[in-house]
Amino acid sequence: MSLFGDAFAWIFAHWTSGPDVSAHVLEHLAVSGLCVLIAVAIALPIGVAIGHTGRGRGAAILISNVARALPTLGLLSILILLTGIGVLPIAIVLVILAIPPMLAGAYAGVESVDRQTIDAARALGMTEWQIIARVEIPLALPLLIGGLRATALQVIATLGIASAFAFGGLGIYLINGVNTGDYVQLLAGAILITALALIVDGVLAIAQRFVVPRGVALGRTDQNGPPNRTRAQRPRALQEGTQS
Amino acid sequence: MNWVWIGSNLGLIGGRILEHLALTAPPIVIGLVLSIPLGYAASRSKVARSILLSVGGILYTIPSIALLVLVPVVVGFTILDPLNLVFALSIYAVAIMVRSAADAFASVPQDVLASATAIGFSRWQRFFVVQLPLAVPVLLAGIRVVSVSTVSIASVGALTGIDQLGSFFLDAFQRSFPTEAIVGIASILVLAAVYDVILSRIGRALTPWSRKQAVATPKTYTADKVAAL
Repeated sequence: MSLFGDAFAWIFAHWTSGPDVSAHVLEHLAVSGLCVLIAVAIALPIGVAIGHTGRGRGAAILISNVARALPTLGLLSILILLTGIGVLPIAIVLVILAIPPMLAGAYAGVESVDRQTIDAARALGMTEWQIIARVEIPLALPLLIGGLRATALQVIATLGIASAFAFGGLGIYLINGVNTGDYVQLLAGAILITALALIVDGVLAIAQRFVVPRGVALGRTDQNGPPNRTRAQRPRALQEGTQS
Repeated sequence: MNWVWIGSNLGLIGGRILEHLALTAPPIVIGLVLSIPLGYAASRSKVARSILLSVGGILYTIPSIALLVLVPVVVGFTILDPLNLVFALSIYAVAIMVRSAADAFASVPQDVLASATAIGFSRWQRFFVVQLPLAVPVLLAGIRVVSVSTVSIASVGALTGIDQLGSFFLDAFQRSFPTEAIVGIASILVLAAVYDVILSRIGRALTPWSRKQAVATPKTYTADKVAAL
């Protein structure tokens, strides 16, 4: 276990010097953040549209199942061979992999909204756009953020693997560690990636708690039981996005 | 696509498929077997449920490449030991399956359990004869998700030198030879499909009553399918 001590010492010793850990942390965060944003911009409108209209549901399920089966390492290697080494091919793979969990979150979230609530909104004279913006999306937020969590994890983890294909990021310490047999550096890399994933996920998990609309939170009698919804209430599908 | 390479390396491809099978089958079985008692406990007690699901969630959050390095340090294997991969994949499998199993046991109607008790079943009999069989559909949905993601995640093992289908991806990159990567991806997809077919066959054999239901209510969108999403 003293290996852990050595690894932490290594991280602190190299925080701003030598292989410069802090710069790699920032690089990892910046690239992941950008890819998640792009994926959200693409997947959110499509997912909300599928959830609202109920059309294209089969395609959404198919996409997320195939994405789960696709090995990220394989996708990275083939795209980099086709397009060349660089940030761009890696970003493309990350966005491709980030879309399915976000799509699933958006679509399951909107679809999980109680049909009676939507009918009530329609009866009040709301337009379809108002229903989407003021009823469906607020009620879907917990599942939407669940999708965002899965997306962020997917991207952070995949970016860690991307270091095997000549990209910096935090995975570089893992790759260097394996190649040189330097277990301390190897473990330090694993600790850094794990910490980053846990912190980002924790922040989003807290956000997820706060976005439950007050009316829904009040209406719940049982925290774990199904709230006032009729179907697709389980966010677990989203937590189980593709790991990489 | 270089078909000649494929033709002359069929032995290598077959060998890696077998290695991949050997590394992925145990975690799937371990995930299922361990999740049954854990999921049952989670379905019985709220405290157990929140603890087990939180721990599972945290373990699942650890990126695979990091877990693959953390396992040998914590457990004491050497870094190149293929058991690291089996261990790491089993952790993911259990982390996913605990929630499925908890939901599976919770999905068995209380009335049915009460009837079983009323006609004199002991607690163990009730579990094995009533509860477990009725939990099969939801358990099956969970294990199918696990099998597909296990087959795909296993490829990451190549990064720490554990040979299986993922090794093709690194070879392909180092030799600038896309054929190998395509072979690897295709084999993984086929393997995932084979697991899925086998598991759904087993599931169907274990739940003869569901076939009649499937005829009665075709193509409905059930909670299980949402879970498998």
